Amino acid sequence: MEKIKEFFKTFLLVELLKGMALTGRYMFARKITVQFPDEKTPQSYRFRGLHAQRRYPNGEERCIGCKLCEAVCPALAIKIEVAERADGTRRTTQYDIDLTKCIFCGFCEESCPVDAIVETRIFEYHGEKRGDLYYTKPMLLAVGEKHEAQIAKDRESDAKYR
Amino acid sequence: MINIEIDGKLVETERGSTVMDAAHKAGVYIPHFCYHKKLSIAANCRMCLVEVEKAPKPLPACATPAADGMKVHTHSEMAVKAQKGVMEFLLINHPLDCPICDQGGECQLQDLAMGYGGGASRYEEEKRMVSPKEIGELISTMEMSRCIQCTRCVRFGQEIAGQMELGMANRSEHAEIMSFVNSAVDSELSGNMIDLCPVGALTSKPFRYTARSWELSRRRSVSPHDGLGSNLAVHVKDNRVCRVVPVENEAINECWISDKDRFSYEGLNSPERLTRPMIRQDNKWIEVEWAAALEYVANGLRQIKDSAGADHIAALATPHSTLEELYLLQKLMRGMGSDNVDFRLRQSDFNLATKGAPWLGMPIAELNSCDRFLIVGSFLRKDQPLIAQRIRMAVKAGAKANVLHAADDDLLMPVANKAIVQPSKMADMLAQILKALVMRKEAVVPSELQQVEISDVAQAIAASLSSGERAAVLLGNLAQQHPQATLLASLSNQIAELCGAKFGFLGEAANSVGGHMARAIPESGMNAMQMLEKPRKAYLLLNVEPELDMHDPNLAMSAMKQADMVVAMSAYKHHASEYADVMLPIAPFTETSGTFVNNEGTVQGFKGAVKPLGDARPAWKVLRVLGNMLDIPGFDYDNSEAIRDEVLGFACKLDNRTEGVVLNLNGAGGSALERVTDVPIYFSDALVRRAEALQKTGDAATPTARMHGAELQRLGLKPGDVVRVVQGSASAKLSVKRDDRLPSGVVRIAAAHAATAGLGAMFGEIEITTGDSTKLPENASRVAGQTVERA
Repeated sequence: MEKIKEFFKTFLLVELLKGMALTGRYMFARKITVQFPDEKTPQSYRFRGLHAQRRYPNGEERCIGCKLCEAVCPALAIKIEVAERADGTRRTTQYDIDLTKCIFCGFCEESCPVDAIVETRIFEYHGEKRGDLYYTKPMLLAVGEKHEAQIAKDRESDAKYR
Repeated sequence: MINIEIDGKLVETERGSTVMDAAHKAGVYIPHFCYHKKLSIAANCRMCLVEVEKAPKPLPACATPAADGMKVHTHSEMAVKAQKGVMEFLLINHPLDCPICDQGGECQLQDLAMGYGGGASRYEEEKRMVSPKEIGELISTMEMSRCIQCTRCVRFGQEIAGQMELGMANRSEHAEIMSFVNSAVDSELSGNMIDLCPVGALTSKPFRYTARSWELSRRRSVSPHDGLGSNLAVHVKDNRVCRVVPVENEAINECWISDKDRFSYEGLNSPERLTRPMIRQDNKWIEVEWAAALEYVANGLRQIKDSAGADHIAALATPHSTLEELYLLQKLMRGMGSDNVDFRLRQSDFNLATKGAPWLGMPIAELNSCDRFLIVGSFLRKDQPLIAQRIRMAVKAGAKANVLHAADDDLLMPVANKAIVQPSKMADMLAQILKALVMRKEAVVPSELQQVEISDVAQAIAASLSSGERAAVLLGNLAQQHPQATLLASLSNQIAELCGAKFGFLGEAANSVGGHMARAIPESGMNAMQMLEKPRKAYLLLNVEPELDMHDPNLAMSAMKQADMVVAMSAYKHHASEYADVMLPIAPFTETSGTFVNNEGTVQGFKGAVKPLGDARPAWKVLRVLGNMLDIPGFDYDNSEAIRDEVLGFACKLDNRTEGVVLNLNGAGGSALERVTDVPIYFSDALVRRAEALQKTGDAATPTARMHGAELQRLGLKPGDVVRVVQGSASAKLSVKRDDRLPSGVVRIAAAHAATAGLGAMFGEIEITTGDSTKLPENASRVAGQTVERA
């Protein structure tokens, strides 16, 4: 019986028709392709894109240089140097993230006790040279300043689950 | 011995020991904060509450004596509930600022809070705030709110350091740890409080915010400073030494280290480090490659050897050098045919012939069990901080300390008898003690002692020494640097023999014993003093700063300036640039492998903790290459261990017995004003002189001319006056300070500081003038040996 079935399949093109049926179904189904960059996919408030360093509303940088993000980073992408600032507080003198190493796991954000380092929704950044993706503290702070409103809103949305 | 059951484990423990001790024996960990094995029991943190069967309430393990048949549960429901309760209370007022706390990652409170703390605090009221205290340059107290009032620091001060630098003021919620009004906490041992503090309330000020504990790699090393050879852990980050902490070694440093060992690492990162070999050409210093520099040295030495003879080459090494360095230096010198090599830079009397290398005469730990001490000529607390600590412990246990010294510095322990005399009278005082002992033993008084008249204090010291069972006679730095060192040692040795005491030398530096083992002393050639008295044509300096490290800085500098060639092997750019021809950057102790032989003769090797800075190289490698370039056989070592094995193969034994010393008690000082010289704790070697924080402490104050009040009055001086201190042709301008702890007839002036580098020998007559002339006119009014000239 099996052999007879096989025999008919060889010339009746059953598989081909099955495949074409699938193609046909999708031809008439709702399109899921997004026309990037004219259109964009919806993003979660937990989206892990480009990093940013935040400031408090009074302009003081949040980061206290505890180095937990550096310690937790599985890709060793973060480099921090710390010193005592003139007012006696503990501050970073260097805070670099090598985005070519970063795997966007979000551990840095998770470990931060003061929500200073965050990952934003930004994913459309680029560098023309390899070194362009080595983000230093002023660059990260600039990202934070530019997108603070969105960052703060996202943290608020997530707050009830934390 | 009693039996006690802890968590089902049966342990045998001594009667009178506590449950905590028994748990330690059983290998059971009981959480605790205030308990420390070296300190008394306070039982005020309550963290060690455990359940004891038949006891209605949980009991503190650290303060509960173990009883026979006791059954203890350390992790039962009741115990854990109690511990969690205590932890919640401790955390109420703790700021929980672990992310910025230097203790974070190595904090006992943090660790135990992981085990016993709640996930979140139930406490919503305001936390207690404690204001920061200003307690000096070594310990940071910026966040005293972190304090959990365990009082370890207070007990350390009272019990170990002998000086209660910190205390607990006020009561209950207002209780605060503080120092006395405006007083700095910087005694020679106070850094240990940083280790003792179980939280981040007392942290290291120089280390503040430089690294987190998990970033540091820990490497074993040995202290290059005093003769104790404390075991150290050097904490390194990015090839830079970030801090130094003790490694426990019960036989040597227990669990303490002196502040000098702890904070001197700052000197390793000093901007003054020499990083490239340099040659002087036309009075300009130019940086060159190693090959060129060594070629220059080898040629220079060869030329001087050929023209003036090898005898015109001399080598001086600091006793803080490693065994390998000292050995290769003397091998190099002897290979060239010169016997002028010495490491006893601050000594002036070299006649002492001990049968072996002079050493402590007993294991260090044995000091604790001695019951009588005679400490001769030692600034004990500052020269040997941890030996002073051990003697303090012994005195606490009932021993009697007797002191013969030229300054009555506070030893922070009860001293039974003190003989504080001018340096020139020290030998006489020892002779008195010896005679008193001889007479007590009813033996025949030797002819040399016939003339000696016994004073009351000598009689008392003799009585004290002979009444003990395990006495020790210890010769300190001052006694060894004394111009009559041989006599002092010989008399002390005889005193020790008469009362069955151990006789020991408290070595000045990390390798004071090792230098003898490495034969870095002349056999027939010139010693450190002669090399300067009869200036040589070439000097090899191994980490020596002649103006600071030598017995007579003035003489040393004039010899250096006269020399045709001075090769300064140094870790630092120092004044060598004024007289040297070549400066070779060598590696300090963290950057080289090597060996130190401590006071008790323990050979302690260590490896480099970091890579040498810049082009610096370990001195043993430099000497090895120099040996090869000079075609001296036997310089083919692959590693420092090979050199060490060679040294230890033939090294002399440790033996303090003196031989063939003729007691010559004549010529003991006139009525002149005499100089007493101490080498302050933070000036003693090149490394510590560049440790910034230590240099800001009270012990590193600019030297003054200190005199007894009566002496000042006689000279018509007031404290604060600026005078010119004259020693022969050498002089220095110093301010006067009153110090009633000195005997009359002496001026105490510290050595090893730029302000006193212009002066002469560490001992001898000294004149004080208020005029500006360096040499006084003949007719200046001479009053009993002192010259006073009113401005």
